[in-house]
Order: sequence, then C-alpha cells, then structure tokens
Amino acid sequence: MTRADAIEVAASPEAVATRLAASRYLADDGLATAIFLAIRLGKPLLLEGAPGVGKTEAAKAVAELLGRELVRLQCYEGIDAAHALYEWNYQRQLLAIRHAGEHEIDIYDDRFLIARPLLQVLRAPDQRVLLVDEIDRSDHEFEALLLEFLSDFQISIPERGTIRAATQPIVILTSNRTRELAEALRRRCVYHWIGYPDAAREAEIIMLRSGHVAEATARAVANAVQQIRARPLAKPPGIAEAVEWANAATILEKGGSPWPEAFRRAIGVLIKDEEDMSAIAPELGRIVEEALA
Amino acid sequence: MMRGESLPRAAAAFLDFARMLRRHAFAIAPEQVTSFMQAAALLGPRSMNDIREAALATLAPPPDRRVEFEAHFRAYFYGDAKPPIDGEKDDETRIKDDRGTRQEESQTIRNEKGGELSSALEQLSSRDFPHDADGLSSFHRRLASALPARRSFRTARTRSRGTLDLRRSLSEIVSADGDIPAPLLRRRQIVPRKLLLLIDVSGSMKLHTADYLKLAHTTVQGADRAEVFTFGTRLTRITPVLRIRDRDQALARAAALVDDWDGGTRMGQTLLAFLSVPRFSAFARGACIVILSDALERGDHSDLETAMRRLSARAFRLSLATPLAGDPRFRPATAALRAILPVLDDLVDGSSLKSLSDFILSLARPAPAAEAIWKRVS
Repeated sequence: MTRADAIEVAASPEAVATRLAASRYLADDGLATAIFLAIRLGKPLLLEGAPGVGKTEAAKAVAELLGRELVRLQCYEGIDAAHALYEWNYQRQLLAIRHAGEHEIDIYDDRFLIARPLLQVLRAPDQRVLLVDEIDRSDHEFEALLLEFLSDFQISIPERGTIRAATQPIVILTSNRTRELAEALRRRCVYHWIGYPDAAREAEIIMLRSGHVAEATARAVANAVQQIRARPLAKPPGIAEAVEWANAATILEKGGSPWPEAFRRAIGVLIKDEEDMSAIAPELGRIVEEALA
Repeated sequence: MMRGESLPRAAAAFLDFARMLRRHAFAIAPEQVTSFMQAAALLGPRSMNDIREAALATLAPPPDRRVEFEAHFRAYFYGDAKPPIDGEKDDETRIKDDRGTRQEESQTIRNEKGGELSSALEQLSSRDFPHDADGLSSFHRRLASALPARRSFRTARTRSRGTLDLRRSLSEIVSADGDIPAPLLRRRQIVPRKLLLLIDVSGSMKLHTADYLKLAHTTVQGADRAEVFTFGTRLTRITPVLRIRDRDQALARAAALVDDWDGGTRMGQTLLAFLSVPRFSAFARGACIVILSDALERGDHSDLETAMRRLSARAFRLSLATPLAGDPRFRPATAALRAILPVLDDLVDGSSLKSLSDFILSLARPAPAAEAIWKRVS
C-alpha cells in the first residue's frame, strides 16, 4: 500500500478506529488519534504502557490496517548494528572467494548482504511497517543509532554507500518504561500512553478476542480484573491475561464446574506470581461474587 | 503547510500554551510545537477534545505528570481556575531524583605555590603524606576489580580462547588477497555487576550516616555502575552529586539534597516506593544491593517484608549491614529482622567503615546465606 493509499485509509481518527476494530483491535480515542497523526504527519509512533496492555498488538493491527507486512525488531541489552541494520554473510563470501579462484568477484554483492529489520523496511517502505519492540531494554548507544535512523531514514553501508528510503516508512516503537528514554527520541515521535481500559471496553475486548465467551462472562471477568488491578500486586494482570482467564473459565464451566468455582480454578492463567496469588487468594471469592452480581 | 510571516491569531494560542508549559518545567521542543499545530489542523479541530488529544500525542507529557498536564490544559483552554497541584498525598512516599542539576564538576581551587616559594625546607615541613585514616583510598583502588562480574552480551577482541570473529577475519583475508592469515578471535566480555547502596538517614542511624556517605562517595568514584539512594521518611537519589570528585563538596551537596535527615524511618514504604519506579527497580535487577540500616521498623513490618522479598527476587545479592551487629551480643531478634532474614543473603556488621568496606570488597566471594550463619550463632 503506497503512502497515498495510507493517507486515504487514515482519513480521520474515527476511520482509523473503525478499521482497527475490523482487524479485531479496539482502540480508544487517544490511541486512534495518535495512530492517525503518526500516519499523516509521517512521524514514528511511540507507545508506552504497562506490560500486557496491547502495545505490540496495536502495531500488528496497524500493519493489518495498512495491508503491510510487519517487520519486528525485538530489542535486548547488547543489541547492535549487526542485529538491527545489516550484516555480511561471511561464510558465503569466503566460499565465493575460494570458488572464484583467479576470477574477479564482487564480494559486496547483494547476495552476500543479510538485511536486518531496519534495512528490510528501508528497501520496501510501502510494503512494510517497522515495529521496534521494547526499546527500553536496549542500551543508550542503540537508542542513539535508532535516533539517526528515524530522523533521516537512511543507512550507510561503507562498502556500498548510502541506502535511502524512497518514501517515509511507518515506524512504531514500544516501551515498558523500565527506564527513561532519551528526550530526543520522545520528541521525534507521536506519543501515546496506553493505560488499562475501563471495564466496559475490556469486556468488549475479551468478547472480540476470545470468540466463544458469553457476554455475561466477559463482563464479570472485566469487573473482577479491574478489582484485582486495584490491589498492590507485583505483576498486575494485563489484557491478554484477562482474555485467557475468560477462556479458561469458559472451558472449565463447559467441563462441568459451576460458575464461581470455574473462575477460582482458572486463576492460574490470570495471576502468575506466587506472592500475588497468596495476597489475592483470601479475597478472590468475594471479588468474583461481586463481579458476577 | 502554510506558515506566513505573522501567525494567524488562532495559532498564537498554541504557541502560548507551549510557552506556559515550559514555564512549568515541561521539556517541549520547538519541533513539537510545530507538530502540535499541524496535528490540530489535521484533526479539524472539531472540538476541544481534538486539541487535547493532539497536545497529548505531540507534546508527550511524561505519564507521571499527566494529571498536571491535563490541569494546565484545562486552565489554559477552558479558563478553569487552576486546581491546586499537589500531586503528593500524605501517605505517599516522596521521591526525589536529582536529574535536573548538571554534573558540572566544579573545580576546586588549589592553592599551589609558585616554584620560587617552595624551598626544600618548606616542602619538608608542609609535606602532606597520603593519609588513609579511614582506609577508603585502598577501598577505592580495589573496588572496581573486587565487584562480582557477569558475562556481557557484547564481545571483545581477544588473542586467545574465543570464537572466530568472521567479520574481521574476512576483511583480513580480503586485504591479504585471499590468503588466510591467523584467524581473529572474539570473546564475550566480563563486566562488573551493578552496585546499589541504600542508606538509612533516620535519627537512629545518626552516628553512622556521615561515614556511610563517605563510603558512598568513594563507591560512586570507584565503581563503574553504582547508584546511591538515601531513605528515611522519603527516598532521595544522590548518585549525581556524588559523582563530583571532591569529597567535601560532594557531601555538602548531598547534605543539601536530602530533606529527611535524622527523622523517622518508614523503611518498608520507602523501599516499596523505590520498587514502584520502573527505572529504579530495573537498576536493582542483577545488582548487588547493600542496605545500610538498623532495620528498626516501628509497628507493622509487613511492608518491609514485601519490599525485601521483591528486592531479593531482583537482586544478584541482597545484603543488610547494620551497625547493631558490631556488638558481639547482637542477634537478629526483632520481629522485622526475623521476618526478613530468610530473604537476605548477608546480614553483616556495619558499625565501622573498615568492616563495611571489607564486606563490599568480599561481595564476589560466595558466602553461606544469612539465615544459616545466624542460626549457628544463636
């Protein structure tokens, strides 16, 4: 999908929200607006939020909305240019040199170049969306490298010269905020903080994502999860966990457990921390009863 | 986008809003203001809410100041009376992070005498032997190499024992015209672990805080990655000021920065507050954490227990150094200490600089868990 098409798709925030809903992602007004602005202003989109609020899912939905392939770059401590930009296929180069014998050979040919996510996106900006996932895990050096990439959308390969994107690619960055990102990076992006959704929206998301969960169940799960998140837990459950919980409880119920019991027995998919579990266990019965009421 | 010499009247409001935010210490770049206006124009703007969302998306207020931002927005665009922005409730532990001050290493003026003034005699009489009364300079020297290490993801060039560095080997081969010289190797680097000092500055620790801060200063100077926080009723990050080379100056700045000297302790809450800041708790991951405190938690110690358990789950090694342990009759008998003993890796004597610095230098050596040691004693 070319840039003109992308602009057509993103005619207004509402159009974006409708399209996203069609690809099974429910965005609130703020997120729809941020995505709309990122596409129209041609800036990267920086999504921050607690783990499990659907940042990566949002990126997947945007790729689907634009009908493009998602290229994902997962960051980690120690990630460097060879993992993000490009690398030469040294084994093949060595073989080619030996094979060539006396002949002339260009070992910096395309077939020896391994394109990593950033280069892949530069080569086909109209067909790909770049997702730089969990950027807060990478080191400061990598952040600086990315900054350079995001401002000019070009990569210099010493042996080959500079490769520039034909049009501006769409880039989405996500961060769990385990550390503060550089101001320069935040400044360059359209920013959105994804919070936990309210109960009604979460119920909708659960229905949309799981398929076979009854509406009453979804609503009860959403209410209970809101209650649980209000407690001081080490790892508050995300949306994905809530969906899993609804799924698991439904399966148990079909298998013969009565309602409140099914929720209690499926709690292992919602809370995955022993300490949190023992903190919530005495109250769980009451929370579920209240949510079901 | 059209941008004339003089801005239309409607646009001036946007500029003014950004200016007002800057006055309230929001970092907003000119290009962000431009995008803000572009965004508002793109959205219509059909309603006030469009402008609000454009502001949130382009001016990017940090999530912890979001409420404040919204209050400013309402005050500016709706003309609301400014709601009092305190943001800090009484039961919430205040956190102070000294990021604003630049780490300008202010030069200390040295009174160096000219050559003609320093006769041999004078030199003899005024010679300042490197005094090491508190043993800190040898601690400084040995610290960097004494900290526990881990294998980094990064590789370094090496001459022996490593894997083949294909990238460099190939360029060697190309420059040698296809001949294969000795292969080049690389190996994963060994880096020292992070060191986190949490210093209790409450009234009961009064006698020791001065020494502890000296130790903290030396640690920050000597270790690659060290962080220092003080806690009492609040939590204060003092690492940036301790980076100043001159000790007296650094300690004076630290003294000014900390607001809760010699007050009460809310150890449990302050440590939980530490853990609730993602940046801080991420620093604790895989680090050596040394808490310098007597752990005299008044009243309910369940917060302290939770905090210590979470810290211990993140840390490479969690140690508590208490001045009370200087007394040979000391036993971990208080309810709070008994509760946290199982999660502690070390419970050691923190009554003197010597014992403390020896302990920190020994962090890399394995030791039995605190509980086992103290069970044997009692």
